[in-house]
Amino acid sequence: MSGALVIARYALREAVRRRVLVVVVVLTLAFLALYALGTNAAFDQVEGYADPAQQLDERVLTGSTLLGLSMFTTLFLGAVLASFLTLGAVRGDAERGLLQPLVVRPVGRTSLLLGRFCGAAAVCSSYVAAVYLAALLITGAAGDWWPDRIVAPGLGLVVGVLVIAALSLLGSVFLSATANGIAIFMLFGAGLAAGLLGQIGDALSVDTLETVASVCSWLLPFEALYQAGLDALTEDVGGVTGVIVQLGPFGGAQEGGPLLWLWAITYLGLVGLAARAGFARRDL
Amino acid sequence: MPPAFACRQLSKRYGGTQALAGVDLSVEPGELVGLLGPNGAGKSTLTKIACGLVRQSGGEAEVAGARAGSAPARAEVGYLAELFRFPDWLNADELIELHQALAGSAGGAAERAELLELVGLADARGVKVAAMSKGMQQRLGIAQALVGAPRLLLLDEPTSALDPVGRRIVRDLLSELRGRGVAVLLNSHLLSEVELVCDRVAILLAGRIVAGGTPAELARPRGVEIQTGRGVRAFPEAGREEVPRIVAELVEAGEDVYEVRLLTSTLEEAYLEAVGAA
Repeated sequence: MSGALVIARYALREAVRRRVLVVVVVLTLAFLALYALGTNAAFDQVEGYADPAQQLDERVLTGSTLLGLSMFTTLFLGAVLASFLTLGAVRGDAERGLLQPLVVRPVGRTSLLLGRFCGAAAVCSSYVAAVYLAALLITGAAGDWWPDRIVAPGLGLVVGVLVIAALSLLGSVFLSATANGIAIFMLFGAGLAAGLLGQIGDALSVDTLETVASVCSWLLPFEALYQAGLDALTEDVGGVTGVIVQLGPFGGAQEGGPLLWLWAITYLGLVGLAARAGFARRDL
Repeated sequence: MPPAFACRQLSKRYGGTQALAGVDLSVEPGELVGLLGPNGAGKSTLTKIACGLVRQSGGEAEVAGARAGSAPARAEVGYLAELFRFPDWLNADELIELHQALAGSAGGAAERAELLELVGLADARGVKVAAMSKGMQQRLGIAQALVGAPRLLLLDEPTSALDPVGRRIVRDLLSELRGRGVAVLLNSHLLSEVELVCDRVAILLAGRIVAGGTPAELARPRGVEIQTGRGVRAFPEAGREEVPRIVAELVEAGEDVYEVRLLTSTLEEAYLEAVGAA
């Protein structure tokens, strides 16, 4: 375990020294500034509207849509960060000659993988949690709207990004850095497409589309976690507003439940075991 | 005490390529063994199996009595790969510190200072890898390989990027390590270096050891050269025992004898003969 900690610290130092974090923080601040601008403008705009039938709560609709969009962006940025921190961790580093001096040490390959995952997980989960919290506060301050559940959506994003980091680490055992990066973003895109298909299937009541979307979101649980997060934003909202916000931005909101969390943790474990088995067999 | 490294009938196959085909070799504590052979002979594969980077297909390999590649075996090994790279954002001191942590070495700053001093990088402890020449990085690589006082040092082309001064530093270092009881398995194409520092040499060809022994054993007599007042006289078939008779005959014939040289083949010639390229 101490070997894994050494590697995790090494990965964290690398992220800091290579100015990855500086670039990420600067660009994220720019994103949040734009988000604040847009959120204020959107709430100002909808303030004047009044639904005569009073079936639509414009503040809930605006707040949940904007926060949902920011959650999608946060998941995307977290995925970029997670994959860039891990995509070359094994084969990429081995091809460059960086890995061999570390692997020959008594620390062991499992600890090395675990350390790389922990380092990436620490950076990505902190980042995603911080951006989600910032977006939440900006939305609340701009429109005096707060989601029904605050912790669950953020936690879903954090675990979703951990799943992406684990998949990227697994891919790094078998693929070159470039191929792995492409594969991870295609998986991310597949998850997004599945969410959109589910949204269309739900709106048009096409069972096949809904089934495909559901299977995909379980195969790629970061998507299911994101959808569950969207759902948790407006869990207690009913009526017309509830129906509309359920459609959600970039993939429909779907209830997750405890089984999803259990599956996500199991999935992480299975991906970790597969990476460990693959790495143990790899000649360097 | 078990050998620092021993392998029996060691074999390795990469797909359809037989990299090692039944190698038997042992390296005793304090012994410096040179591995020679053309590209693709299996030298790097052998050292990679010894340090656990590659799994053998057959046979056995042990480091200090432990199965090669196991954690106890890796704890006894220091390794410098032929194609290596260190994180360019670390400086020399930080790199050694990282490897101390990974090796579980409690040597601290004193060990770091000693190792950098040993490879002639005492003044470069704060220099980042990115700012180092290839030769400096190679010496730094040797220093990191020595972290934790390994019993077996595996060096794959450790002097390929070094200038003559750097090579001298490494030669002196290897001699010092031998004195400390550290065994060294040295892969090199620089036959003169191997001849100068190695106690024993093994020549690999197509995954098999085709010749082995001390450099003196590998060298063959090539006759006698005698410098006389009329020039150099060569006696290609003569051996050491015949020198007094030849000199006596020359003197009797009225020639002035100034110098007698016993000729032997060089390691390079022995190597070329072994690999069939002479």
